[in-house]
Amino acid sequence: MKYSGIKVLWEGLRGNMGWKPLWRNPDPKTSYDIIIVGGGGHGLATAYYLAEKFKITNIAVVEKGWLGSGNIGRNTTIIRSNYLLPQNQPFYEFSLKLWENLEQELNYNSMVSQRGVLNIFHSDSQRDAFVRRGNAMLMSGADASLLGVNDLKKMVPFLDFQNSRFPIKGGLWQPRGGTVRHDAVAWGYAKEADSRGVDIIENCEVTNFLVKNGRCYGVETTKGVIKSKKVGVCVAGSSSQVMGKIGINLPIESHVLQAFVSEGLKPVIPGVITFGAGHFYVSQSNKGGLVFGGDIDGYNSYAQRGNLPVIEDVCEGGVALMPMIGRARMLRIWGGIMDMSMDGSPIIDKTNIKNLYFNGGWCYGGFKATPASGFCYAHLLATGTSHHDAKDFLFNRFEKGRLIDEKGQGNQPNLH
Amino acid sequence: MLIDHPLLGLRDSTEFIYMGDAKLLNRPNWKSKNSKTKFIDYGYLRKNPAGVHKELWYHEQGDRSWLVVTRNTVTHEILKVELARYLKSEANAK
Ligand SMILES: Cc1cc2nc3c(=O)[nH]c(=O)nc-3n(C[C@H](O)[C@H](O)[C@H](O)COP(=O)(O)OP(=O)(O)OC[C@H]3O[C@@H](n4cnc5c(N)ncnc54)[C@H](O)[C@@H]3O)c2cc1C
Repeated sequence: MKYSGIKVLWEGLRGNMGWKPLWRNPDPKTSYDIIIVGGGGHGLATAYYLAEKFKITNIAVVEKGWLGSGNIGRNTTIIRSNYLLPQNQPFYEFSLKLWENLEQELNYNSMVSQRGVLNIFHSDSQRDAFVRRGNAMLMSGADASLLGVNDLKKMVPFLDFQNSRFPIKGGLWQPRGGTVRHDAVAWGYAKEADSRGVDIIENCEVTNFLVKNGRCYGVETTKGVIKSKKVGVCVAGSSSQVMGKIGINLPIESHVLQAFVSEGLKPVIPGVITFGAGHFYVSQSNKGGLVFGGDIDGYNSYAQRGNLPVIEDVCEGGVALMPMIGRARMLRIWGGIMDMSMDGSPIIDKTNIKNLYFNGGWCYGGFKATPASGFCYAHLLATGTSHHDAKDFLFNRFEKGRLIDEKGQGNQPNLH
Repeated sequence: MLIDHPLLGLRDSTEFIYMGDAKLLNRPNWKSKNSKTKFIDYGYLRKNPAGVHKELWYHEQGDRSWLVVTRNTVTHEILKVELARYLKSEANAK
């Protein structure tokens, strides 16, 4: 289906009776060229780029629940390219460039809103760290500028500048960062992948892999056996569960991350703002709710719900940064399962089983990565080689000692 | 979550620091065969089960003991709490 202003007018005049579902609901065929396991943002983006850029269309995306039931429909929707390390930053900048053109490319309104990301700093040493990060961003072709207290007072006058414990010293500002309507990303990619012939098979769980002589040739599912020349796993928080079926242990722990939404308020928060002295990030949705979050709960979890201590911690961080939100009422809280890797960075790589590929370890920053992750995974699945911007996201970096550890925390997933 | 500390009784989980899979108690011997592979496994690879998980919690804001907590990662139910110290000496005695 193609959307346009004329179509909207036409449908408006005819009682909106002509809109059709965005994707078909096919039964699985007996075999495909490529099966993508997991219909989250990354899986759907992979299928779309395989069809669009690599002209492979005999593909199935096999999703255990409904489309968008995983983290793609649960995150706090922030996009940015403000990483430090040379293995990460060009990848995230590539992703941001893809976001900028996404709606035109998919002919779908995913509400890409580049209203800026502002990281507040509170000490001289933190300023030094942010100057370094800003320079890394500029070197990758991204945008960044350093704002002083006076700039901030004009831009976000409601911050607690006088806070005696964490005085505000300035901020690192990326104007091209912002937010995107998360589930519309899944729907947009699904619509365009489907229209190119990709089968999206919902409510179909992959229960095992078909492997013979070290080669993968398909999957077993709750809807029967489906054969395939290549299989690409892309199941985020369920990574260890799915790869565990063929005995592969991953450098990943699953943790729960919570998100919070307040009641609807008039526009108060101009972009995305993050607290530098605790973990708190906030933006305001188009409906007016404050959308915010903080740390993961910190223990292995598959519960899709968190506990109260983190809620308290996140709210304390928020009120320390912007006391004005202290009287806003919280409306909703939910959790999603994060694939926290041992160095905080992702993996897009082959496995030691031939024709079986893996994409995961996105921690809690995988939403912004969706387009580039899909693009680079499609590149790997189609050509057998890593895309230039994802060439370091390999399994063997752990044994080689080439960790990509943005925070310098070591092999402890709950600290990344 | 409340953790039933063997010496101190029910304590709030916020008093603890979480260290992950209790397999970290069994550090490989560096002189053993394949010790490199074993250390990669020890340092980086995890089973990460959905269900019963044995894990290390450190009572930082309490008596500073290391506990091995057996917990269900799907329901957050805590099934068993033991002092790591005793588990280690038992393992060594065998
Ligand atoms: C609360 C929260 C806030 C977040 N905030 C941000 C943010 O602000 N910015 C950011 O960049 N990132 C954020 N993230 C992270 C981001 O959402 C994830 O990293 C990213 O969505 C993961 O990729 P995905 O979309 O493919 O995952 P998912 O949408 O989880 O896709 C994986 C899919 O695999 C399916 N699956 C699992 N097992 C099987 C099986 N056996 N067979 C078939 N299918 C299976 C699941 O049902 C699921 O649909 C946040 C996450 C959470 C939970």
